[in-house]
Amino acid sequence: MKSIAFGQYYPANSPIHRMDPRAKVILTVLYIVCTFLCRNTLCFAALLLSAVFLTVLSRVPIGMILRSIRPLIVILTFTSLINVFMTKGERLLTPSWEIPLWGAHVWRIRIFAEGLWNALFMVVRIVALLIGTSVLLSYTTTPIALTDALERLFSPLKKIKVPVHDIAMMTTIALRFIPTLMDETQRIMNAQKARGADFTSGGLIKRAKALLPVLIPLLVSAFNRAYELASAMECRCYHGGEGRTRLKILHLRVSDVFAVLLLVAFGVGIFFLNRVGILYTMK
Amino acid sequence: MTEAFIHAENLTFSYKGSNGADDIPALTNISLDIQKGEYVAVLGHNGSGKSTFAKLLNLILEPTSGTLIVGGTDLSSGDLSEAELIALRRRVGMVFQNPDNQLVATIVEDDVAFGPENLGVPMPELRERVDGALATVGMSEYADREPHHLSGGQKQRVAIAGILAMRPECIIFDESTAMLDPLGRREVLDTIRALNRENGMTVINITHYMNEAALADRVVVINDGTLLMDGTPDEVFARRDELRAVGLEVPQCAELIHRLREAGVPIEGTAISTAKGCAELLVAAFSKRGNENG
Repeated sequence: MKSIAFGQYYPANSPIHRMDPRAKVILTVLYIVCTFLCRNTLCFAALLLSAVFLTVLSRVPIGMILRSIRPLIVILTFTSLINVFMTKGERLLTPSWEIPLWGAHVWRIRIFAEGLWNALFMVVRIVALLIGTSVLLSYTTTPIALTDALERLFSPLKKIKVPVHDIAMMTTIALRFIPTLMDETQRIMNAQKARGADFTSGGLIKRAKALLPVLIPLLVSAFNRAYELASAMECRCYHGGEGRTRLKILHLRVSDVFAVLLLVAFGVGIFFLNRVGILYTMK
Repeated sequence: MTEAFIHAENLTFSYKGSNGADDIPALTNISLDIQKGEYVAVLGHNGSGKSTFAKLLNLILEPTSGTLIVGGTDLSSGDLSEAELIALRRRVGMVFQNPDNQLVATIVEDDVAFGPENLGVPMPELRERVDGALATVGMSEYADREPHHLSGGQKQRVAIAGILAMRPECIIFDESTAMLDPLGRREVLDTIRALNRENGMTVINITHYMNEAALADRVVVINDGTLLMDGTPDEVFARRDELRAVGLEVPQCAELIHRLREAGVPIEGTAISTAKGCAELLVAAFSKRGNENG
């Protein structure tokens, strides 16, 4: 069976991998806040450095991270162009080019230095956001650890009757059954192909229709599995989250707390760096 | 009354008919006792009611009428508290047919821990139980693997470990080898046998494989929801014609002995359920004949 990467987890033994998943969730949230705090050249330089530092620390191959940025190129280009052409500033870089449109209408292209800076900053911000979240969470935390961490972080919500444990259990089971159902899909598709089904030709609508004989058996089988799994869970005395113990107890270590404090310090640092106006400060 | 671990008397169960249709009887008037430490095979073809019987034993289904007492708990009274129900299911574990549909976690040891976690077993003991259970089924080295990378037999052994970690007194195998290849089936059957012989576990193996039933101490045959036969494998497989009448075959070696006898070959003895026993009968018969001729 092919190995299906759950999410994007990259197994390695780095300080970030070893960190308590709860700390990583908190770090990620803090990091997102930091990226939005940045205002000037100095801050964005620091942000970029921190992203590089995290990547090196996580031992995730740089190629993987660059590949994950690739789908964002369209968005990055679009944001840059908007910023370059739409920002009105004081330092005009181009003569006022005028492109005649229709009649008396003309489009005046004016590029300001501020626009270029803004475009650069937005690109750095988005890239840092992506690298930060993927290196801190998706590449270095298994989905199960993440579910576990979220269950614990949100456990105070149990007081207001949010079924935190049940949601976490459902997520865990869903994750557990992804490879099983992928296998099943492949088997059903092969069975239908053997009977002459054609999944590859025709337009979008025809192909979507061809998938129907796959989806229906898949759904039926998923329900059967769910029924059996429920029986099996009952047989193993599952009765909700109450009174459950855990094989794997999460330990918040000193280093985890230290990492969170370090990032808070980084955020505070950025807050003050914003006042040092070097080169350019965003409005 | 004797202290049988499982005591069933006139046990009856009907599935509720949907939309006002008649109820569908699945089991009628089953009476049998199973002692602690027994290895019992329940034989029957599909739809005979053998799986229904298994599901009654740990109250996934509730008896319609009759008496069913498991480990001193009366299941037919119908008013068990949640705590009693959990206590019962801890004592009577169940391993199902499809290994994929009974593994909950994405890591082997987490899955084995699922049962005891539900029971609220605290930490140092929990770890001991998980490691012990995995060692018993010979899967210790796979503790941190993902179940979907294991073979069918290995997955089923993990499922058995998951039950063992709850420290049950009895394990029911509900066609647990039906989806496995011969190697996987061997792994699971060896594990079942070792559990019964070495750990004194009460084992109920629900199956439609004759060769599997022959491994048990006792065979119970269920047909159309009624108890047809109950005895040692040798006793049950001696009644080949009755079994055939309800669509069941005897193991091939037993069939061979039956046919030789029909052809007039004098074979004495009753140990016909396993190949080993049959071979001994044949050797005895041939050497006797050789002696007479010589």
